Amino acid sequence: MNDMRLTERNMTDHKIKMQARGVDVFYGHDQAIKNVDVDIEDNTVTAFIGPSGCGKSTFLRCLNRMNDTIDVCRVTGDIRLDDEDIYDPQVDPVQLRAKVGMVFQKPNPFPKSIYDNVAYGPKIHGLATNKAELDEIVEKSLRRAAIWDEAKDRLDQPGTGLSGGQQQRLCIARAVATNPEVLLMDEPCSALDPIATAQVEELIDELRERFSVVIVTHSMQQAARVSQKTAFFHLGELVEYGETSQIFTNPQDTRTESYITGRIG
Amino acid sequence: MTDITPNDARKASNNATTEAVKRSLARRNRKQLVLQGFGIGAIVIAFTVLFILVASLVRTGYTAFVQTHVTLDVYIDPAEISEEGLPRGGFRDVLTAAVLDNLPGADPEEDARGVRNILSNGAQFQLRDQIVEDPSLIGQTITLTVPLSDPFDQLNKGGVRRDTPEDQRRVDNQEMAWFDALDEAGIISTPFNIGLFTNADSRFPELAGLKGALVGSFWALLTCFLIAFPIGIGAAIYLEEFAPKNRLSDFIEVNINNLAAVPSVVFGLLALAVFIGWFGLPRSAPFVGGLTLALMTMPTIIIATRAALKAVPPSIREAALGVGASKHQVVFQHVLPLAMPGILTGTIIGLAQALGETAPLLLIGMNAFITSAPTSPFDAATALPTQIFIWADSPERGFTSRTSAAILVLLGFLVMMNGIAIYLRNKFERRW
Amino acid sequence: MTLAPFVILLLAALVGYAINLRAARAIRYGGSRLHSLQGFHGLFSLLLVIVPVLTLILVWLAVEGGIINRILLSSLPDGVLDGLGSGAIQLIGAEIRSIAGGRVFGTPEDWKLEAAERLITYREISSWLLVGVVGAVSLGLIYFARSRVAAEFRARQRVETITLGLMVFCAVVAIFTTIGIIAALTFETIKFFQLVPITEFLFGTNWEPQIPIREDQIAAEGAFGAVPVFLGTIVIATVALFIAVPIGLLTAIYLNEFAPGRLRKIVKPVLEILAGVPTVVYGFFAILVVAPALRQFGESLGLDVASNTALAAGGVMGIMLIPFISSFADDALSAVPRSLRDGALALGATRGEMMLNVLFPAAIPGIVGGVLLAVSRAIGETMIVVMAAGLIAKMTINPLDSVTAVTVQIVTLLIGDTAFDNPKTLAAFALGMMLFIATLVINVFALRIVRKYREIYD
Ligand SMILES: Nc1ncnc2c1ncn2[C@@H]1O[C@H](COP(=O)(O)OP(=O)(O)O)[C@@H](O)[C@H]1O
Ligand SMILES: [Mg+2]
Repeated sequence: MNDMRLTERNMTDHKIKMQARGVDVFYGHDQAIKNVDVDIEDNTVTAFIGPSGCGKSTFLRCLNRMNDTIDVCRVTGDIRLDDEDIYDPQVDPVQLRAKVGMVFQKPNPFPKSIYDNVAYGPKIHGLATNKAELDEIVEKSLRRAAIWDEAKDRLDQPGTGLSGGQQQRLCIARAVATNPEVLLMDEPCSALDPIATAQVEELIDELRERFSVVIVTHSMQQAARVSQKTAFFHLGELVEYGETSQIFTNPQDTRTESYITGRIG
Repeated sequence: MTDITPNDARKASNNATTEAVKRSLARRNRKQLVLQGFGIGAIVIAFTVLFILVASLVRTGYTAFVQTHVTLDVYIDPAEISEEGLPRGGFRDVLTAAVLDNLPGADPEEDARGVRNILSNGAQFQLRDQIVEDPSLIGQTITLTVPLSDPFDQLNKGGVRRDTPEDQRRVDNQEMAWFDALDEAGIISTPFNIGLFTNADSRFPELAGLKGALVGSFWALLTCFLIAFPIGIGAAIYLEEFAPKNRLSDFIEVNINNLAAVPSVVFGLLALAVFIGWFGLPRSAPFVGGLTLALMTMPTIIIATRAALKAVPPSIREAALGVGASKHQVVFQHVLPLAMPGILTGTIIGLAQALGETAPLLLIGMNAFITSAPTSPFDAATALPTQIFIWADSPERGFTSRTSAAILVLLGFLVMMNGIAIYLRNKFERRW
Repeated sequence: MTLAPFVILLLAALVGYAINLRAARAIRYGGSRLHSLQGFHGLFSLLLVIVPVLTLILVWLAVEGGIINRILLSSLPDGVLDGLGSGAIQLIGAEIRSIAGGRVFGTPEDWKLEAAERLITYREISSWLLVGVVGAVSLGLIYFARSRVAAEFRARQRVETITLGLMVFCAVVAIFTTIGIIAALTFETIKFFQLVPITEFLFGTNWEPQIPIREDQIAAEGAFGAVPVFLGTIVIATVALFIAVPIGLLTAIYLNEFAPGRLRKIVKPVLEILAGVPTVVYGFFAILVVAPALRQFGESLGLDVASNTALAAGGVMGIMLIPFISSFADDALSAVPRSLRDGALALGATRGEMMLNVLFPAAIPGIVGGVLLAVSRAIGETMIVVMAAGLIAKMTINPLDSVTAVTVQIVTLLIGDTAFDNPKTLAAFALGMMLFIATLVINVFALRIVRKYREIYD
């Protein structure tokens, strides 16, 4: 817990990338998120923690409108990306998702080659005008996801043939290939073994240089290791939000304290 | 973060992404709309075909549900019909005379032949039966309602069009005038065609009915049910609840799945060679038809039963086993009753398929021309679908509309059976 | 009279049940503890009577006809059957049977009338004999079952063993059916290949199976080259798939991803209705509506379209296959895990792109399995082609021409009188064999693909 890195965290103020105000989410008649306000900063890793079922994934999926794909799900409130309302009828979710990428809990490579997995986003969005450019994007993304060395000799083999940790890094490469501004990660390490987890965590820290990263995690150690900001959710409410070091050392709310010290969860 | 440059570079490339997406978005959404359009088009085609199918059947078939009749005052002339010579009586002439009475313009000698054809060939038998029943009618005048022959029936229903040139029309001008005279006399009626359900097949469309086919289908389905239902359930229970996972049960499974996909005509060949050729069972018999259909229906019932058994949660089994019941008792007293609605639903759907099955019945000769309904499952008979096949092959106009009507009756039965299945499913479906 | 043995059997079973039940109850009231509940003692007797006696009755009824026939034929006066082929002898047998059934046509010879009398007597003897045997065996079994009742008799285990045996028998019926199909087809096909060389059948291009009219012609002179028949089936099935596959797949894609819930609720049942329409109805639809419409359309283009074109038969068959393919494809698409959909959408794919680039390719194995099953249906489909396709076998792949099909030939060769030693009849079995083999190979292959596919996405 008293990781040295906690104290040497860079505390500079960053620009606010995404801003949520008064967000409520309903599944049919059940309210899963109650009146949540959050600011997501640029070049920062923000961690969402909280007991299972408290609505972390639900809220995360609001940020790139993935909840649109669930019929019964209804989102109200105001969520802005660079001061632009992402729920504005003018905004096409396709455009939004190109800017706000997502990595899922279970690695979900497409049943295509490694190359095609990574090239898929740039291809559909028309980010490359020729094969050479596309190759470059693929290589850059794979490098950025720290899987280039393992994958470079087998680019034409199916992505589903990789190991779990490699698959997850492939999915990260796929997500960064479209050059998003925000990267959402929903428990990206929960299906991975400790070594793969360490690799992905290291990667997340590097990704912060170029993206604003939001990560949902089950593990408080992980939140402490990788994030600068932490939001604690409980029963659909945002209980506490602040600097990670402060949340873990000096929580303001008793519920946060109970959770961190292992009394709820 | 002191190095500003990578951040700026990143802004630029982010903007490039945004721009690229914006540029291509309209085109991509259009593509998606095209895909959706194709999908809707495909569905519209499917619906249109179904509509045309039903509409054409109704359009050609509805007329067969009514039948043109004429009501005559018939003088039973003792000179023509005597009690001793009943079988050879001149019933036809008596009827012709009765028609002529209503046609003042017609010459009783010259036109007799033409006028005679107005009435259905079955009219004389109707009269004969009535007199055989009550010979005291001889010498009296009775009122009789008899069907018209097919051309006049069609003329009345619009199947023969008056504006076609005479040489291409099945009813010439003279005959049309006669019909109109009868119509004017107010003795033509078009009641519901009971004969469609109470007559067996006939060479004359106006007399042909579905009784033989309905009874034949009934016997065949009954046989099919009595064989396929117990055997299907037995097999399913064994495979689902008792069978050890070994080669044999795997082999049985593969067998069942493949049987479900063997073309129906092959089952017909099996029935012809084995049931009729080797066992010497009678041709054209609904029993043999039912036997064949049972073999085809069994896989359906087995698959449905296994699904229903699987749907019963293990907790029920564990609870029963827990109080000391044997495996058999658990299955037969607890699991099977709970699975019954699902089993029945699957069985009814299987029987509905069997009811419409034609090819195997053709091969065992259930397309014979048989003018009386079978009295047992071993008599020669037709079935509803084979009757449709026979009528569809007959050129007369009246048979076309009867074919459609028979199809409507068949579809009616199928809708009813599927309706019952859906009702059962909805009523007893349990969410565990 | 047919019912009598069954009635006796039922009565015997109930009596046996009651006797054993009472006996068991008496033991219990006598103070002993029964090993099995008294009901099982009753059931033991019931099953012990029903199973063997029912088997006996069914076997008896199955072989009775053949044996009586043999006795009857050997009892005919000397000389009347001399020099007759087996077909003619069969006909005589049928005539005698119909006389015995009271349907006399014309004036049959006296020996036939006598034979009919004898036939009636034989049948009566046989049924009385059966009643006697059934009664005796039932009594014996009831007695035996009663004698087993005792306090320590494990009636439940016995009953369970018997029911398990019955269930195994039920399961094995499926194997028997397959064996029956294979045996029937093999026997008749071998007979056929003794009359017609197998090479002619498989590679000959001339199909004119009319049996020779004159006595002195040898049977093999009817031409049995089946290639044009196979070709016809292929042409018709191809037309059908050209219609069914695109429409079925597009329907499935739309229903699976784009259709609003309410539309889906309407469309799915309608497709089920289409799937439930018997094929004889589709056949009539083809001759009533589709063929005339095609003909008219062709005329308006100046084309001469035959009234029984491959296009009409194949087109209607395609319509029949639409719901089959669409429901298969719909299931295959639904089986693709949600995570792949989400993955594509999260990258900013439109739903159309997600469907075409990710879902559909991922579902291809399942869809291919479904399409293969549709192919096997198309080549095995009978009524539509019997009613809407032609009878003459032509070496053509023009879908506007009239072609015939394997199933059409099977049905036309077998409709009417069938004698099993005539190449015309046997040819139908040879065609059936080809059909069975082809569909079996496709089915096994397709079912394997489908199963594999299900395993991938468990
Ligand atoms: N697709 C859905 N439909 C209905 N309810 C859902 C759905 N997804 C999540 N929920 C409900 O929303 C609540 C929050 O779920 P989730 O956001 O997945 O929690 P977390 O990710 O924090 O474990 C839970 O109570 C869950 O039951
Ligand atoms: Mg979650």
